[in-house]
Amino acid sequence: MTTIDPAKTSRDYQQEAIAEPAHHQEHPDLRIPGLIVFLAAEGMIFLGLFMAYIAFRAVTPDWPPEGTPKLELLLPGINTAVLIGSSFVIHNADQAIQKNDVKGLRLWFGITALMGAVFLAGQLYEYFHLEFGLRTNIFASTFYVLTGFHGLHVCFGLILMLAVLWRSRVPNHYNSEKHFGVQAAEIYWHFVDVIWIILFILLYLL
Amino acid sequence: MTQAAQIQEQANRPAHPEKKGDWKQYFTFSTDHKVIGIQYLVTTFVFYLIGGVLATMVRTELATPESDFVSREVYNSLFTVHATVMIFLWIVPAGTGGFGNYLVPLMIGARDMAFPKLNALAFWMIPPAGILLMSSFLVGAPGAGWTNYPPLSLISGKAGEMIWILSVLTLGTSSILAAINFLVTIAKMRTPGMGWNQMPLFCWAMFATSILAVIATPVLAGALILLSFDVLIGTAFFNPTGGGDPIVYQHLFWFYSHPAVYIMILPVFGMISELISVHARKPIFGYKAIAYSSLAICGLGLIVWVHHMFTSGTPPWMRMFFMITTMIIAVPTGIKVFSWLATLWGGKLDDSSALLFAMGFIALFVIGGISGVMTASVPFDIHVHDTYFVVAHLHYVLFGGSVFGLYGAFYHWFPKITGRMMNEAWGKAHFWLSFVGFNLAFMPMHKLGLEGMNRRIAEYDPKFATLNLICTIGAFLLAMSTIPFIVNVTWSWLRGEPAGDNPWRALTLEWMTTSPPPPENFIADPVLATGPYDYGLAPRSTEVDVPFSDASNPALSAGPSSTLRAKPDPVVAANPSDRGTESNNR
Repeated sequence: MTTIDPAKTSRDYQQEAIAEPAHHQEHPDLRIPGLIVFLAAEGMIFLGLFMAYIAFRAVTPDWPPEGTPKLELLLPGINTAVLIGSSFVIHNADQAIQKNDVKGLRLWFGITALMGAVFLAGQLYEYFHLEFGLRTNIFASTFYVLTGFHGLHVCFGLILMLAVLWRSRVPNHYNSEKHFGVQAAEIYWHFVDVIWIILFILLYLL
Repeated sequence: MTQAAQIQEQANRPAHPEKKGDWKQYFTFSTDHKVIGIQYLVTTFVFYLIGGVLATMVRTELATPESDFVSREVYNSLFTVHATVMIFLWIVPAGTGGFGNYLVPLMIGARDMAFPKLNALAFWMIPPAGILLMSSFLVGAPGAGWTNYPPLSLISGKAGEMIWILSVLTLGTSSILAAINFLVTIAKMRTPGMGWNQMPLFCWAMFATSILAVIATPVLAGALILLSFDVLIGTAFFNPTGGGDPIVYQHLFWFYSHPAVYIMILPVFGMISELISVHARKPIFGYKAIAYSSLAICGLGLIVWVHHMFTSGTPPWMRMFFMITTMIIAVPTGIKVFSWLATLWGGKLDDSSALLFAMGFIALFVIGGISGVMTASVPFDIHVHDTYFVVAHLHYVLFGGSVFGLYGAFYHWFPKITGRMMNEAWGKAHFWLSFVGFNLAFMPMHKLGLEGMNRRIAEYDPKFATLNLICTIGAFLLAMSTIPFIVNVTWSWLRGEPAGDNPWRALTLEWMTTSPPPPENFIADPVLATGPYDYGLAPRSTEVDVPFSDASNPALSAGPSSTLRAKPDPVVAANPSDRGTESNNR
């Protein structure tokens, strides 16, 4: 709270302000809160689609509709484990960069990216071996749209990680003080992971 | 003006006002929030005029019972595009993007928004989306109403439908990005010493609006993604013949589009709070009540969407719940209206067009609000659903509310944006033309709706002809009313009398810098000496309790008989110290 000092005139205030270097100070770095609000909006798209799925399920007499083959659980289960595991792996990268360890950062990000790629490959394998297509029935359509939309987010997370790996080649681009890119990729990856857990329970288990 | 207020006003003024930027910067990817605000305002106003032309064509068609001006299909496209333009390209971006961008950083004493590039990106999504929507007239414009309910939207022209979806998705994305920016800016970039309860009420309103935009808009995006699958690929999400359910689309759509009406009105509520306090020269009545009722409207606004679907086969228990929540919304809204009336009460009202529009806003918005409570009740809604009663209701809140408020804001902040005053005589002409035209156009629609005239049809029963003719005459008056405004703005921008930095003698920070403000707004972190609405109150810090040296000028002294006072209160005049603890914003 700036209080007004009665001994000063407005001219004094102006002189002080011009003398202060604060005038050209750095723009505050608020990217992390911005990202979190953005992810809240992203989460709402998924919530909308989940609610649509639940509503379709509620109004359709038998779910999944007649003639839809049961979903395999083994491959998606392994996939889920890989994705959840990658969330713990990427956290190590954050720990590493806190200690200014860029090598460690690159190692853990590499492993996470690999796990993400395995997940995507598993998803694609499942897509190609499923008995139903996008237009088969309402269950198939929602299944493909939900998993596909999530897959797009996994793709984007991979791109983020590769971008961080690319940038980390520059010495001191990331250090213990300043590593927004690492944090952002990590937060985003956790978000994608949490969405998948909900999706897996909703689509495969229930 | 108190000493504190005077020091506050002068201390924050840049010592060397910068040169005015040239006009070319408005066509660049500028990251200055003031440039972006003006870009938004001008762009959206152009779309407002386009939407107005479409509306006038709709009313021309409805002047007679037969379909004689345009074909039925074209008529469908006219009202569809009219609504889409007015909602997504005028009121939402003008209220949030336009005035929000221009004012919020100035009001909280920040140099700019939290994410200037994101801000520019959010703006530059709007012109392409608007042009895209307009281009749909070349390939068969969408004609399923702005709600685009399937299955109707699945069987009309695919090209127009997809253009509509892409355009609205782009505009929705723009709205989300802008909202993220506002939330972070308001939460993190206030000047030191400005707590939440010292913010101007417009910032509170923008905060609540942005929460709604971030939470609700993505759900519409989800709905439109599913709808585009249906249109393009032939899935059956919303197509009952393939096992889908059109009601799910309605739920997803209204989960955004009901909050959207609060996105359109909340910023205007904030503007009205500013206008009325300044032009009535009184502290705002119930600062916290107005601020927190914005948040209450935001929370409640998310759980009322099914009242648009009372006739869509909604189960009775669900109707009951949504009827009650909808009626509860009237409570925080009423709190605001009564607070504004209490602020006006006994105030020293000035004779400005801004205040005139603010009072016109209150009158018309209350009429729209009351018909809103009427339609909230299920039995009544079943009777008037899809009739002109609903059309009357929505235009009373969106035009009589939002647009009148936006006009008032134009008159109020134009001096800050351009450094020149608007012409008052033309402003009055603009107000009365708008007010009379508006009521002539929309008041009869209540009766039409109750007598059973359907909305969204080009031909109607001849027994409605007289009232429709009156509506059409009103619509033409309303169309004419923009002419004095455009003339006024153009002339004032070029030739208006110089406004000075603070023509309304306001206390909020946007008036504490030059008009127009320099690129970084203030010379340093602004000095706050008074609350935003402490008109005629004692200064905040008790050290400054000495009369100003210029006491011979009553306008500059804060004494009980100052010209700033509404009425010299004999009780206070006897004990001036009684006024010491009145500020809401300590």
